[in-house]
Amino acid sequence: MTIKILNALLAIIGGIGGAMILFWLLNKLAESLKGRWEDRVKPWVFAGPAILAIGVYLIYPAIVTLQYSFANEDATKYVGFNNYKDLLTDATFLSVLFNNLLWIIIVPALTVALGLGVAVLADRLRPKGEKLSKTVIFLPMAISMVGAATIWRSIYEYQPKGSPQTGLLNAIMGVFGKDPVYWYQIETWHLNSLLLMVILIWTQVGYSMVLLSSAIKGVPEDTIEAGRIDGAGERRIFFSIVVPQIWPTVVTVFITVLIGVMKVFDVVYVTTNGAFNTDVVGRRFFYEMFTNQNSGYAAAIVVLLMIAITPVLVYQVRQFRAEEANR
Amino acid sequence: MTTAVPPSTDAQVIRQSKAGSGPGSATWPVRIFVTFLCLIWLIPVLGLLISSFRTRDAQFNSGWWTAIANPLEFTQWTVNNYAQVLTTNDSGINMGQAFINSFIVTVPATVIPILIAAFAAYAFTFMEWKGRDLVFVIIVGLLVVPNQVALVPLLKLYSSLGLNGTFLAVWLAHIGFGMPLAVYILRNYMSSLPKAVIESAKIDGASHFTTFWRLIIPMSTPALASFAIFQFLWVWNDLLIALLFLGRGENTIATVALQGLQGQTGQGRELIPSAGFITIIVPLMVFLSLQRYFIRGMTSGAVKG
Repeated sequence: MTIKILNALLAIIGGIGGAMILFWLLNKLAESLKGRWEDRVKPWVFAGPAILAIGVYLIYPAIVTLQYSFANEDATKYVGFNNYKDLLTDATFLSVLFNNLLWIIIVPALTVALGLGVAVLADRLRPKGEKLSKTVIFLPMAISMVGAATIWRSIYEYQPKGSPQTGLLNAIMGVFGKDPVYWYQIETWHLNSLLLMVILIWTQVGYSMVLLSSAIKGVPEDTIEAGRIDGAGERRIFFSIVVPQIWPTVVTVFITVLIGVMKVFDVVYVTTNGAFNTDVVGRRFFYEMFTNQNSGYAAAIVVLLMIAITPVLVYQVRQFRAEEANR
Repeated sequence: MTTAVPPSTDAQVIRQSKAGSGPGSATWPVRIFVTFLCLIWLIPVLGLLISSFRTRDAQFNSGWWTAIANPLEFTQWTVNNYAQVLTTNDSGINMGQAFINSFIVTVPATVIPILIAAFAAYAFTFMEWKGRDLVFVIIVGLLVVPNQVALVPLLKLYSSLGLNGTFLAVWLAHIGFGMPLAVYILRNYMSSLPKAVIESAKIDGASHFTTFWRLIIPMSTPALASFAIFQFLWVWNDLLIALLFLGRGENTIATVALQGLQGQTGQGRELIPSAGFITIIVPLMVFLSLQRYFIRGMTSGAVKG
C-alpha cells in the first residue's frame, strides 16, 4: 500500500516535474535558434506535447479503429463490409439500435424540459430557497452512474412475493394490494428502459437547469418590459420573448445530453447488463470488444456511432467558427 | 458545446425583482411543486444513506423508510457495514483499497494534463503560427468525439506493451482523452484576457516562457480550477476506462469495485449501500465546496465527448 502511494506521488512529481523540465529544455533549444526560426519553432514547443497526446490517444486510434472495422475478429484479415452486414442484419443488434433511439428521443427532451421548468420556477423563490433547491437538483451531477444506479436500488429493488419489500416502488405497489414487480424485467412498453432513463435524467437535469437559468437571467429586461407594455401575459412573454432569446442555450444543452445518451454505457451495464431487451450501443460495444473479443464487430459499432455523431460534430465546428467571427 | 452562456451576476438577479416573475413572487403551488421535486431528488440518496447504516437483518426484513418511523430502535443501526467493506470481507472486494486507488488514479490524471494544456492554450492564444486555426478547429471537433473510438486499438496496444492493469495505462489514457477539453477551456479563457498586458510584457523584453509563468498562469487560475474540477469528477466517476485498463485486480478503483459488488447475491449484499456511499462521498464534497468554479466552467462551454 505505501509503495503504491509512493508510486502515485512519484507519478505526480515525475509527471509534472518531467513535463516542466521538458518544456524548459525545448524552450531553451528553441531560443538558441537564430531569429525567424525561433519564432517558427516555439509555438510547436508549447503546443506540441498536447497535440502529441491528442494524436496518440484519439486521432491515430480512431484511424486504426476504422481499419479494424473492415477486418475479422482478431484483426488478422480484411473482410470488407462483412462486419457491418452482420451487425445490420442481426435482429438483436437492430433492437439495440431501436433502444438507443428511444433513449435519444426521450432523455434529451425531458432533461431540457425539466431543467427549464426548475430554472423558471426556482427563480421565483426567495434567494435562500432558490439556492437550496438548485443545489439539491444539481447535486446528482457529481455522482457516478455506478453510484446513481446503487442509489436507485432503494427505489427499484425487488423481493419475492411474501417477503418484505425493500424497494420503495414495490412497497407502494403493496399498499395498493398489487404483487411486487421485478422492474428491470418488464419489457412491456420498454418500461425497464424507461426506468433506467429516469436514473440518467436524475443526474442530468441539474446541468440543464444551471445553464438555462443563467441564460434566462441574461435576457434583457427591456425586451420583457416591452412585451408587458404591449399587454402580453406572463405565458406569452415566456414563450414569445424569453424562449427565443435562450434558444441557443436550449440547443447547447440538448446536444450535450444527446451526445451523452448516444454512447450511454455505465447505467445499463451496472443494472441489467443489457438483459431483458434493455441493451444499448455503448454496452454492446463493450461486450463485443471485451467479453466477446471481436475487435471487428466492436470497431464497426464505433464507426456507426461516429457516423451518427458526425452531424453534431459539423454543427459544433460551425458554431465555433461563427462565434470566433464575432469575437 | 461552444455556445457561451452569459454568467449570471448579482446585478441581474436584483434587476429581475420587479413585476410578476422576480424572486419571492412564487405562489403556493410553485413552492409546493419545487419542494416536491427536491424531495423526489433526495429520497433515493436518503434511502442509500439510511440502508448503509442498517444491519443485514434490518436491511432485508424491512424497507429503509421504516427506519424513519422508528429511528430509536437501536438494534437496527450499525457501522459494521463500513468497517467490513473498508477491509477484507466475505465478498472479496476491499473498498478501502479501491478508495485509495481511486485517489492514486485521479490526482495525477487531473494535475498533469493541466500543465500540458496550459502551454498549448498559450500557443493557441498568444502566438502566431501556420496551421494554428486548423489545429484548433480539429480540437473543437474532437470535443464531441466519444472516447470509444480509441479503445479497441488502445486495448491491443496496451496488452502488447504489458501495460494493462497498471496505473500508468489509465493515467496516460485520461491525459489523452481530457486534453481537447482542457485546451479548449484554457484557450477560451486566455483569449478573454487583456491583450495589452501581454504586449507590454513583450515590450519590457519578457520571453514567452516568462510571460507564461509570471503573467498568464496566475491570471488563468479560475479556468485552471474549472478544468481541474471537471477532470477530477470525470476520472473519479469513470467506469469504462478503469474497467478496461485496470480491471478488477489489486489496482481496481472504487467505481469498478462497487460495480463488482452489485453482482453479489448472498454474502456481502448488505455492504452495497455503504460501498456506494464511500464511492460518492469524495466527488460530492469536491462538488459542494467548489460549486462556483464548476458552474463557471459549465457556462463557459465545457462538454466532453
